Amino acid sequence: MESTTPKSAIGRFFDKVGRTTVAGIEEVGNGGVMVAESLYWLFFGYRMKQPVRLNAVIQQMMDIGISAIPIIALLGGSISVTLAIQGIYTLRIFGAESHVTAGLAFIVVREFAPMITGILVAGRSGSALAARIGTMKINQEIDALKVMGVSPIRFLVAPPLIAMLIMVPCLTMMSNVVGLYLAGIYINVELGISLAAYLDQIIDILTIDDVLHGLGKSVIYAIEIAVIGVVNGASVEGGAEGVGKATTRSVVQAISAIIVTAMVVVILSTL
Amino acid sequence: MTQNEQKSPNSVIEVENLVTHYGDRKILNGITLDVHEGEIMVIMGGSGSGKSTLLRHLMALETKTSGTMRILGRDIDKLSALEFVELRKKLGVAFQGGALFSSLTVGENVMLPLYEHTDLEWSTMEIMARMKLQVVELGGFEDLTPAELSGGMIKRAAFARAIIMDPKILFCDEPSAGLDPAVASALDDLILNLREAMGMTIVVVTHELESAFKIADRITVLDRGDILMVGTVEEVRSSSNERIYNLLNRVPEDDTMDPDEYLARLTGEKFEAGSRPL
Repeated sequence: MESTTPKSAIGRFFDKVGRTTVAGIEEVGNGGVMVAESLYWLFFGYRMKQPVRLNAVIQQMMDIGISAIPIIALLGGSISVTLAIQGIYTLRIFGAESHVTAGLAFIVVREFAPMITGILVAGRSGSALAARIGTMKINQEIDALKVMGVSPIRFLVAPPLIAMLIMVPCLTMMSNVVGLYLAGIYINVELGISLAAYLDQIIDILTIDDVLHGLGKSVIYAIEIAVIGVVNGASVEGGAEGVGKATTRSVVQAISAIIVTAMVVVILSTL
Repeated sequence: MTQNEQKSPNSVIEVENLVTHYGDRKILNGITLDVHEGEIMVIMGGSGSGKSTLLRHLMALETKTSGTMRILGRDIDKLSALEFVELRKKLGVAFQGGALFSSLTVGENVMLPLYEHTDLEWSTMEIMARMKLQVVELGGFEDLTPAELSGGMIKRAAFARAIIMDPKILFCDEPSAGLDPAVASALDDLILNLREAMGMTIVVVTHELESAFKIADRITVLDRGDILMVGTVEEVRSSSNERIYNLLNRVPEDDTMDPDEYLARLTGEKFEAGSRPL
């Protein structure tokens, strides 16, 4: 069969751009199909006598959520305290440092808590998911599931996806609380505002919409992390080196997706 | 024996004109093959002959370009999703590397098909897994993880998992590859014992001649995506076909092939002199 590879450098460049674009669209499509199939197995798996196993979901919730609590508390708190320090420093120029609570509350709850949580889950669990699925693929374990009549989507993809949909918003909420509390302690020390007064300000400033805005984004991040991890894991070729590349790619793609999504959502919400 | 003459009413696998491509590359060129109930069919061939691809088709893991496949009397293209799952419960597969789940113990690996497809009590499944592990001479190993087993033990555990549902057809991919001769011979005996004890049809893909001649009722010899011959061990041994002779006598292929031709065969693309990727 004749080769379809162009001979000229420009031709090869556009050929590569075209192939990369098609591959990217294909990956997005595969991700969409995986989410749809996971939801199908979740709601209709019992009809096929293959329900999504609750113990598998709980195991994933432990791995993705409970094990991540210390690191998310530490980083969520550190970011919030840093924001409080920088906020006070900036607002002091205008003599308005007592208003730091307003900016801090909005930016932590709407942006930073979901983003930091998403990035950490992508680094911990998204990469682990890609590595696990990639390793299973090269060891023919996914083929083994198929020939046993077990859907790999139901067995491998649905549990972490469901666990992330539950745990990422929970971790975000925890990050909100820890971050705002630690920032409150700093503000108390630096500006002498009592924690009770600080809490009153937070409650006055924040609305349910602000909290839901952050939690809604965390749900989107959860889907992105799971889908990117699975798609990269499933595309592994070439043994251990391929697994390493897929793991790295999944972290980079997930973090990029989270940051771009944060920007797109904030633009759309301010229109 | 011609391929038409092989057809018999008790065929459990019937493949007709199976053609498959990987990208532009044609891997199987219209394979027609029957596997009879209760026989051990060995699919043999050199590297790149298409034997692993054919096995993956028989296990319904690949999408074919054209042709038909009937397994246990069912056309696999006409099965609903539920019927497909039901059919797969009647097939067992022992993969080349075992494909055991590293996060599960050996016992849990063997139990997995029961756990997924039956409502049996856990204790019942444990007993059944122990029984199957004893069949493959791995009794007492159920609490170890796959990482704690040797290569031969992993293959035995894979056999135990493959037969846990008492399949009608057992597929084995290179069962003796990478094993020392004694362990490989023991696995051959295991395959013969499984057929004897459970009466199942067994399809084995291998390039190990000694193993093939020991276990096969019939041998299918593949070469570059075509069937060169289907016959008994004696028929294959006495074949006058030059390529079969070369395969059986380990005569290396002509390695003076033009690099462009070699690359074209490998990739399915035609390269002109000087345009080959470095």
